[in-house]
Formats: sequence, C-alpha cells, structure tokens
Amino acid sequence: MARGTSSVGSDAAAAVKPEAAEVAVKGNGWTGLIPIAIGILIALVLHFALPAPQRSYNTQILQIIGIVIVLAVSLNIVNGMTGQFSIGHAGFMAVGGYTAASITYYGSMLLWGSTTKHGGFLGSGDWLFLGSCLAGGLVAAIAGYVVGLPSLRLRGDYLAIVTLGFGEIIRVVLQQTGPLIEDVKALQSVGLKQLVPPPLGGSLGLSGIPKYTNLFWVYSILTITLVVAYRLKSSSAGRSMISVREDELAAQAMGVNIARQKVTAFVVAAFFAGVAGGLFAHSTGTVSPKDAGFQQSFDYVIMTVLGGRGSISGVTLAAIFLTVLPELLRDFEQYRLIVYALLLIIMMLVRPQGLLGIHEVWEMFNRRRRKAEVSGSDVSPAEVGP
Amino acid sequence: MSDFAQTLITAIAIGSLYALIALGYTMVYGILKFINFAHSDIVVLGAWGSYSLSVRILPALGYGLNEVPPVWVALMILLLAMIFCGAIGFTIERLAYRPLRRAPRLNVLITAIGVSLLLQNVGQLSFVFGASPQDMPPLLSDRALATFSFGEGESARQLVIGMVDVVIFATATSLMLIMQYLVFHTQLGVAMRAVSFNTDTAALMGIPVDRVVSFTFVLGSMLAAAAGFLIVMKYPSISQPAHTIWVLLGLKAFVAAVIGGIGNVRGAVLGGFVIAFVEQFGAFYVSSNYRDVYVFTLLILILLVKPSGLLGSTLREKV
Repeated sequence: MARGTSSVGSDAAAAVKPEAAEVAVKGNGWTGLIPIAIGILIALVLHFALPAPQRSYNTQILQIIGIVIVLAVSLNIVNGMTGQFSIGHAGFMAVGGYTAASITYYGSMLLWGSTTKHGGFLGSGDWLFLGSCLAGGLVAAIAGYVVGLPSLRLRGDYLAIVTLGFGEIIRVVLQQTGPLIEDVKALQSVGLKQLVPPPLGGSLGLSGIPKYTNLFWVYSILTITLVVAYRLKSSSAGRSMISVREDELAAQAMGVNIARQKVTAFVVAAFFAGVAGGLFAHSTGTVSPKDAGFQQSFDYVIMTVLGGRGSISGVTLAAIFLTVLPELLRDFEQYRLIVYALLLIIMMLVRPQGLLGIHEVWEMFNRRRRKAEVSGSDVSPAEVGP
Repeated sequence: MSDFAQTLITAIAIGSLYALIALGYTMVYGILKFINFAHSDIVVLGAWGSYSLSVRILPALGYGLNEVPPVWVALMILLLAMIFCGAIGFTIERLAYRPLRRAPRLNVLITAIGVSLLLQNVGQLSFVFGASPQDMPPLLSDRALATFSFGEGESARQLVIGMVDVVIFATATSLMLIMQYLVFHTQLGVAMRAVSFNTDTAALMGIPVDRVVSFTFVLGSMLAAAAGFLIVMKYPSISQPAHTIWVLLGLKAFVAAVIGGIGNVRGAVLGGFVIAFVEQFGAFYVSSNYRDVYVFTLLILILLVKPSGLLGSTLREKV
C-alpha cells in the first residue's frame, strides 16, 4: 500500500463535483430522478427508432456495449474507487446470469408451457425477465458479500487470488450441475431428488433461454447503473471508499469503517454484475460455465485500468472503445489480446492512474479544476512511493 | 492399501513439481513483495520450449521422434530450456518490472497480469508455438522400476513405481537442494536474504540490489523451466499456451507458496507437497471433479485462519 498521505484529502475532494453534492443535499429527492428519466427516454427512442429486425448486427453490438459498460462501471466501484483488486467479476456475472436464466427458463415453462418469448413490449414475459434479472443481481450480491468478507483481512494481491479462485470455483461447480429438463411434462413430474444437482445443463450450459433483452432494457439498466455509480462517488460513502483506496491507515484514523466500505463496494459491484449477467443471458440465449472463468474477467479489468481507476465516464469510454475495436479488427483476432496486454503494461509504465485518473470527462475541461491540478492536488497515489 | 500407496507416489511426484514452481513465486515475493503472475507462463515456456527443442534436436542427432535417446540428450534439452527461460525471465524483469520498482504494488500486479497475457498470446501465435495441443516425444523410457503385488485373486492389485515419477522426484529434489545451498550458504544468498529483509538498508550496505533482483528472477525462471520440462515428461500431451490448465497449475503453485508462508523458501516446498496431497487424495477418495475446488478452499481457509502461512512470520504494519 502506498502511504501517500499528502494526497488523501485533496484528491478525494477533487473527485467530487461540489455542485452535484449540493443538489443531492438541497433537492427535494425528486430532482435526482431527472437523469434517470432522460436515460430511459433515450432507451425508448433507441428501442423504437432502430429498424425492426431485433437481431440485426448493429442492435446486437449496441446491446453488448451497454451490458459491457454496466460490467466495467460496476467493477470500477471495487477496483477503481475502493482500490481493491477483483479479478473475479465474470464469476458474479455468471452467478447472476445462471440465476436469471433458470428463473425465466423454468418459470416460463411452468407459466406458459414453453420457453418461447411471451407477450409484447412490457408484456407479462418482460416482467418475468425483469424480475429474474433483479433476482440474479440479488444472488450475485450475496456472493459478493461472501467474497467481500475475506477482503477485510486480505489486501492487494492476496485478494486478487481469492477473487480469481472464486471465479474458478463457480466454474467448476457449474460444470457439475445436472442436465436440463427440456419439456413441461418432465418438469411437472420432477421430484425433489432430481433437483440435486440442480438441472442447469452441466458443462454444456443452459441454452434456449427466451431472448427478452432489448435495447430498452439494456439502456434503462445502464442509466440506473451510471446514476447509482455517480451518486455513490459523490456521496459520503463514495468519499470513504476513495479514502480507503488512498490510505487504509489514514482512513481508519479518520473514523472510516474500512471493513464496511470494502464489503459495500463488493456487494454493489456484484449486484450490477449479476443484473448484467441476466441481460447477457437473455441477449445471447445461452449461459455456460466458461463464462465464469478469469479470462473473461480480464476484459473488464483492462477497461477499468485504461479508463482511469475511479472515473465513471473514463471507464465508459474505455468499455465502448474496447468493445467496438475488436469488431472493426475482426481479421486480427489473434492479436487482440496481445494488444490488450501491451496496453496494460504500457499504461502502468506511462500513466498508471489511467487515461482520466479519477476525474470525469467534463472535469477535464473545467479551468478551475485544471488550476487545482497544477497546484499539486493531482498527486495520484501511483506517483507517491511506498 | 495399494491404492493408497499409488496415490501417495503420484502425490509425491506432483508435489515436487508444485514445490519447484512455488519456489519461484516465493523468491520473487520475498524480494519484491508482489505476485509474479507471469511465473506460470514461464512454466509454459519451459514446457513448450522443451517440446520445440526436442522435435528439432532429436532428428538432428539422428534419433527418431519415437525412440528413446540416451540420457544426456534429455539433460541437454533440460539445460537449454532452463537457459532460455532464464533469459526470458531476465528480460521481463528488466523491461516491465524494474521501472516500477517504487510504484504501488497494485500497479506492479497489473503489469504482471499484462506480461502473463502477453506471453500466453504470443505463444499462441501460429509462428511461435501455435494454438493446438502437441505430443511430446518420449525422452525417457517409462518402464516400471519396481512392481509390488498385493492380495490374491479378485482383489489382486499392483503397485508400480514408474521411472518418470522417480526422475521427477530426483530432479526436483536435487534442484531444491542446490537452491537451499545457494540461499543459505553463499554470499549471493546472503545478499538475496538481505534485500528481502530490507531493500533500502541492503542498498546502503553496498549490495547491488538490481543485480540481486535480476539474479532472483533468472533463478526462479530456471526452476520454472525445469518444472515445465518435468511436466511434459509426465504428461506428454501438451495443451496450447493459453489453456486454462496452465493458469490453474500456476495458481495452485502460488497457493502452495502462500500456504507454506510466502517469502519462505522451505515453506514453498512444504506447501507444494501439502497441495499435492490434498489434491490427489481428495481426487481419489472424494471426487475427482472437484480437485481444483479443494485447493482453493484450502487457500481461503488458510488465509482466514493463519494469513502468514504455515511457516511464515507475521509482520505488523506500523504507521
């Protein structure tokens, strides 16, 4: 841990846009909903303005971009704001994905007799889907709590190994689940005994999930994620998280309950990862154990590192960039991870705090902020030696 | 009884492999205080390097790929693989880790993950090792050195002590003894331990810290290369460089280092055997499906109960 005491107060203060904090305090509680309303409006427009074939290439990419941003921004709460290092994010995503997928799969079988899509826009099928995503998020949050607990006693690299081990355990356990029950009659006559191990498709995974995910749901949930992340960052809880990142000892001395901040970060991040897992499962129609592996987690880690650890807009931009780039460079697929790896190394050597550091994009254009940077408040923890 | 003994023999062979890899983790951690994530990829390089060396050297020396060459050929391949990996380890430390010597540990960890990804994916390129599994030509004859029979009739079992297991154990043990001598009985070893204890003070005492760190990396990488070589002796079908199997292998070895008490050379060896015993006996007596789960569960338990490991010492952080 860097003991960069000089940077604690100033950096944490610089992270918060004072006006935003004032709005949060002064507003009567409803003004905070404006960004969410705008986001949902955009989601509606996207949903209805794009041409009808839901599975067209562009729609698909737009969905994936939205889901990936949710994952990267939620990971950023743990890795960026709280300064922990989780490389098991795909594990939480898989937990959420499996939970949501099994609920809609077996739920729609029991309710409507088949696993095809049921009801139109905002129809009964859509509500089942939304509920299943929330359930996925909750189960993932519980998993996040369990994984967050060791983080109270472990720091830095040990924690990385535990989160990595968590993803692997999830993967192995999912591989050992029983075969899917594929028709309604078999499902209705199923006994308790057949539910152990749970019928989740074993190493083949769960497929044939009704594809409820559409641009409206993806971008509505993305809006909520972004608003929650931003409000968290500018709240006192978020400031406490940033202080844990800067210096645990100093934070503790200032009365921050570091244990609680760490676990909170894990739970919030895991919840959104779980919801994103649900969205993803209902977008591709399949979930499989290998989704939980750590190789999947690395993609999101790279996004948080590149965008700036703690910067929500920076991570969002990095997520968009790193999702679109491989699509454009299809022919260079085998070089994709080499480029990522070099990016990671070079970033750490040249600009370890990420492209934007902890700042948001709009703060970069703010002259007052820039002056503050020059006067030395931008001493990032990375530049202060141990 | 014979099942138990057979599992024991496998566990000892595998345990010495884990111990070899764990030594590399623990030495680097002891000196630089970070997990060298790329260490498992050095093992992969050792394995694949031994493979490419054998398919090139064996025909050049006039041996077919299926006949067993004399022992000195195998030794030469082992040595060349160790030198190759030592050089790679030196380069990595020089280019990626040394500039970050004073940076926070998290940055170094991220760099290490980057190096690991880089090695894996460069190895997968078609003109390096390729992305398909290969079969290692046999360098040792896998004959049974000793066979014991137990029981009569239906329940008759045989206990086989194979050549490969014995060679693995012997090679690994002699390398570990050399390490032990180097670390505890030479001036270089004193320098290594001094740097590990306190880098700044060691530098003030005139110890060339950079050179000692480089040497540690080279040493760790050579041990990893030897482990890679021995692994392909035991399991001749080599998975492609970015296969999960390799990462898991490296992780388990790291777990071994943590369980033994990271930074502690003897602890790494102990941890290697503990891991192998848990894994092999768990796989045999409980269920082989969950063999990775046992190891990680053990890790989490150890970290919760005794975070400094079995032989590790606790250091309180002071303000």
